[in-house]
Amino acid sequence: MVFKMKEILLGCEAVALGALHAGISAAFSYPGTPSTEIMEYFLQKKEKYSINAEWCSNEKTAYEAALGVSLAGKRAIVSMKHVGLNVAMDPFVNSAISGIKGGLVIAVADDPGMHSSQNEQDSRYLADFAKIFVFEPADAQEAYNMTFEAFELSERFGLPVMIRLVTRVSHTREAIETRSLKTQNKIDKTMPCKEWVLLPTNARNQFKKLLEKQKDLLIESEKSVFNKTSKKKNSCCAICSGIAFNYFMEVTNGSIPYFKLSTYPMPIKKIKNFSKDFKKIYVFEEGYPFVEEKLCSMLPARKILGKISGAVQRTGELNCEIVKSALGKKIIQNLKASIELPPRPPQPCAGCPHVDLYKALNEAKGSSEIMVFGDIGCYTLGASEPLRAIGSCICMGASVNNARGASIAGAAPSVAIIGDSTFAHSGIPALVEAAKHNNNMVLIILDNGTVAMTGAQETMLSGNSLLQIILGAGVPKERVKFIEPLPQNHELNVSIIKEALSCKGLTVIISKRACIQLLKRR
Amino acid sequence: MEKNIIICGVGGQGILTIARIIVSAAQKEGLSFKQAEIHGMSQRGGAVYVHLRISKGKIYSPIIPEGYADLILSMEPLEALRYLKYLKKNGKIISSIWKLPNISYDEKVVVSELKRLKAILVDLKGIAQKTGNPLAENMALLGSASSYLGLKEENLKDCIRETFISKATLMESNLKAFELGNKST
Repeated sequence: MVFKMKEILLGCEAVALGALHAGISAAFSYPGTPSTEIMEYFLQKKEKYSINAEWCSNEKTAYEAALGVSLAGKRAIVSMKHVGLNVAMDPFVNSAISGIKGGLVIAVADDPGMHSSQNEQDSRYLADFAKIFVFEPADAQEAYNMTFEAFELSERFGLPVMIRLVTRVSHTREAIETRSLKTQNKIDKTMPCKEWVLLPTNARNQFKKLLEKQKDLLIESEKSVFNKTSKKKNSCCAICSGIAFNYFMEVTNGSIPYFKLSTYPMPIKKIKNFSKDFKKIYVFEEGYPFVEEKLCSMLPARKILGKISGAVQRTGELNCEIVKSALGKKIIQNLKASIELPPRPPQPCAGCPHVDLYKALNEAKGSSEIMVFGDIGCYTLGASEPLRAIGSCICMGASVNNARGASIAGAAPSVAIIGDSTFAHSGIPALVEAAKHNNNMVLIILDNGTVAMTGAQETMLSGNSLLQIILGAGVPKERVKFIEPLPQNHELNVSIIKEALSCKGLTVIISKRACIQLLKRR
Repeated sequence: MEKNIIICGVGGQGILTIARIIVSAAQKEGLSFKQAEIHGMSQRGGAVYVHLRISKGKIYSPIIPEGYADLILSMEPLEALRYLKYLKKNGKIISSIWKLPNISYDEKVVVSELKRLKAILVDLKGIAQKTGNPLAENMALLGSASSYLGLKEENLKDCIRETFISKATLMESNLKAFELGNKST
């Protein structure tokens, strides 16, 4: 027997291939787990499909570049992790007001359970806020199909469309059936005279137009083939969105009537019609109780069981066991180790330059109470034992102005630790402020020449260009110091940091040594 | 035919390569599969795992339900014990006997626990050294598990060949590690 070979792809890669087959001309992104592999796939395939694919400084610039491609008439995709959408919120929300031209799709990967993130926010709320259409795939095949379809809808509505992924869709590998390739759109340089100029007089009209489009979005959702129902006589039913549907099916094999929800705005009529005969409605969804909240207001008289009601665990990642326990099904008695297992948390690689820097910093600080603010990257691991070198990690770029604020509050000198890529992402504006006010703080930039944590992607700012930005921001040359974080330089590095801490005003230390993983690859 | 397999170890031990070879072989046999991976932060010297599901029929959950795994394949003895809740009562554990010392624990206690669970312990390091390629430990583990996977050995070998097609010496040493692993169990 001969089987047709399908492509084996991660959910992320399936999104990318769906976009390529839909005829995109460009793709933009900033690395972030669990979305990184979308752009990595584009970078592998960009020559084959004649597209432009680039890592950007941050998610906002990535979104703006994709919007620019769309406004020139061509199709574009921008991908990011959930917290990246916070950074891109401004162009994201306003591109729904301005409208778009070529299909514009935003693929956002949420990380429920926080495998590799600082929160588990749910991107469906942000799409609801921007008033755009959302697809929520349950697996990689749907991720492919929906991405392909999203470009059609985007052009039809003149609005960006979101693909909402979660870790277990992004990072599950499956065999995918694909469609044929569409040709890319031609360039269209026409600019409408008012729509894209969001001055208040124009923006008021555009916002009304966006509200008017909502009924078309709803009609599309009501008729979408991606929403499926099964009807059986039963006292209860389940409404399952995205991957939650797969956990539900694994547990019940469809023995409870279900509504598989894949599109937003939620198809209200269809849901009301489906659920009218059932006393109890279970809601299974990955992330926040978005569907459940809407259902509670749509169907106030019904018993709705989900994360708000307490039937389903509110935090963390969904799984078969949580679905089982909500439905009152038995979980198999498990095997257990009879010994205590020590955890094996992620830790810096052997030979990591960050470790040598932290050792020097810890010694320079000694027992003095200096506040050290950290940031997002491999160096966040320096917060754990045995280093305990940083005391915070909030969001991309936060270290610089956290330290500046603490210094203003009287905790001077304070220290900020940031990597080269995170600095380029959103540390630069904060440095401009620190230089302008000459705040009493030390900014240490760890220049390892790559975006290490997400797998060594290209960095925007390293070496001499990093130095030039620092000088250009107004930091005097004599207040920029250099460290090569190596064990044999330990004493020297301690003295450099000590001196920086004893000087009044801003000192920037560039700690430069290549990522050990990057060296292994070369 | 349905197999649920946890492949685990420490970031950098080549766990994803084992998984990818198994699913490619499953594809050659016309089976469905899902391979759930963890990328990102946990890769840095931390505990990593893959849930791999192969079936003749439709697979829904990418994560194996607790108590449904047929096999735990581990590149590290302590890590083999971390996912026991997923294992069936009569499920099999195949693990490296060699501790990865980036955390400290009592090896003897862990090994005796594995013996209590009737785990098959394999000298992966010794096998890899015999092939002249110390990085071939993962293929030795795949070899020692090959008779438990329900897949044709020749298909697994073909997939190893395809994985290491760019370098003949790597292909050879990895195939040898697979064969020595296979003989060891």
